[in-house]
Amino acid sequence: MDLLERRKVLELLLWLTDKPLKTTELTAVLGADAPTELELREELNGLARELDERGAPYHLMEIAQGFQFASRPAFSQWVRRLYKEKTALRLTPSALETLSIVAYKQPLTRGEIEEIRGVDVSGVLETLLERKLVKIVGRKEALGRPLLYGTTLDFMKQFGLRSLDELPRLEELVPPEEPPVAGAEPAAEAPAPVDGAEAPSVETAAAPAPEAPHA
Amino acid sequence: MTTAGNNVKLDVFEGPLDLLLYLIKKNDLNIHDIPLSQITNDFLQYLGLLKDLNLNIAGEFLVMAATLMQIKARTLLPAPSREDEETVDPRADLVHRLLEYQRFKEASRHLESRLHATKDIHFRGSPTFGETDYTMDASLFDLLDAFRDVLKNLRPRVREIESEDVPIEVKIKDVLAFLSGRPYATFREILERETTRRGLIITFLAILELIRLKEIAARQSEAFAEIRVYRRDALPENLETDGAAPEPEPAPAAPLPEGE
Repeated sequence: MDLLERRKVLELLLWLTDKPLKTTELTAVLGADAPTELELREELNGLARELDERGAPYHLMEIAQGFQFASRPAFSQWVRRLYKEKTALRLTPSALETLSIVAYKQPLTRGEIEEIRGVDVSGVLETLLERKLVKIVGRKEALGRPLLYGTTLDFMKQFGLRSLDELPRLEELVPPEEPPVAGAEPAAEAPAPVDGAEAPSVETAAAPAPEAPHA
Repeated sequence: MTTAGNNVKLDVFEGPLDLLLYLIKKNDLNIHDIPLSQITNDFLQYLGLLKDLNLNIAGEFLVMAATLMQIKARTLLPAPSREDEETVDPRADLVHRLLEYQRFKEASRHLESRLHATKDIHFRGSPTFGETDYTMDASLFDLLDAFRDVLKNLRPRVREIESEDVPIEVKIKDVLAFLSGRPYATFREILERETTRRGLIITFLAILELIRLKEIAARQSEAFAEIRVYRRDALPENLETDGAAPEPEPAPAAPLPEGE
């Protein structure tokens, strides 16, 4: 398989997929023709560049530890019209609170969430499960073997996260007017990205959606 | 006070920790050094109000009330002169819980801003959602606060005739009628039309019920600000986009940093 062919295969797979594809998945599909991880990333960068250069209305995004095409924000109104405005996820404050507890402390039980929030969360948890933002990930080896909850791939996509490590550390999250708690580590050192070795790559999910259309 | 129509089941979805943080912030208190008698009093006052309204008070609120009173009692006792037990501030546990909870509240704000930043990005197979469920942007506590003010300013008319009980259904229609022909009214405006304590309470419950039914929405521009009640169809849909525009998003337009 020559390089051009390989690029086409990659483009096709990414065009077809409805969930982010990990580099390991792409490598598995390519089998004997698979390049090294580094080459593959270079290839994906090239593909992304190509799209940018011809001003495509979508781009290649690195999200939820994989890659997937995403529409450019400038075109979102058209997508909205197609789906009759039903694309925006709105969550109540209590749902967001519960979700953030799950995101930071997962896997954890309902009781553990309630301990932090100080209220019953069964209803909220139900909504989050329905919305596929939270899933059951197992049972705790404790009395009654309660269910354990964790976040989903959809959660990562909806919140534009490449990985959970992108969330700010809990200790850093202090309301502006509140001085940091004595003893808490200084906010200086950012958490190192997991796969620290990664070369700079395709559009990071962290970058807020640019408002301006790309020329 | 218990009339059938009066028993609105409104989930007090914000818990006791929320109420405590609200009271701390509102009164500009130092979270590390909470004046217990003040906060306990405030807390109990709110509970009393909730009870007066016949709202479902979640058990957690009662547990918290008991906890507060217990801590308060302990602070009043002379410190034990035991040496092995360094005098631990009896509030320490509570402060710890509040701080932890506060951090998660902050985390949820962070998530919310992320959600906002990615709302215009769509993927193949992205889920779609039903009717945008709007949230009670003015918290229940804000509503209660405003309600309490109106209640306080009610002119002490001696005419407390219990006979004329207006059912909540009538008040609901009343509130909707008041809102027809205008996009919103202030919360106060609606309540101040009432002249009796009883009428006030039922109107307040009617408003809560309408919020629950999503017929109206209560919004405010910032915490502790004036509350406006919007008719559902008159709700400025893009409140967050055209009003207080969030931070202008920096435009790291080139998604692709030059490789190596």
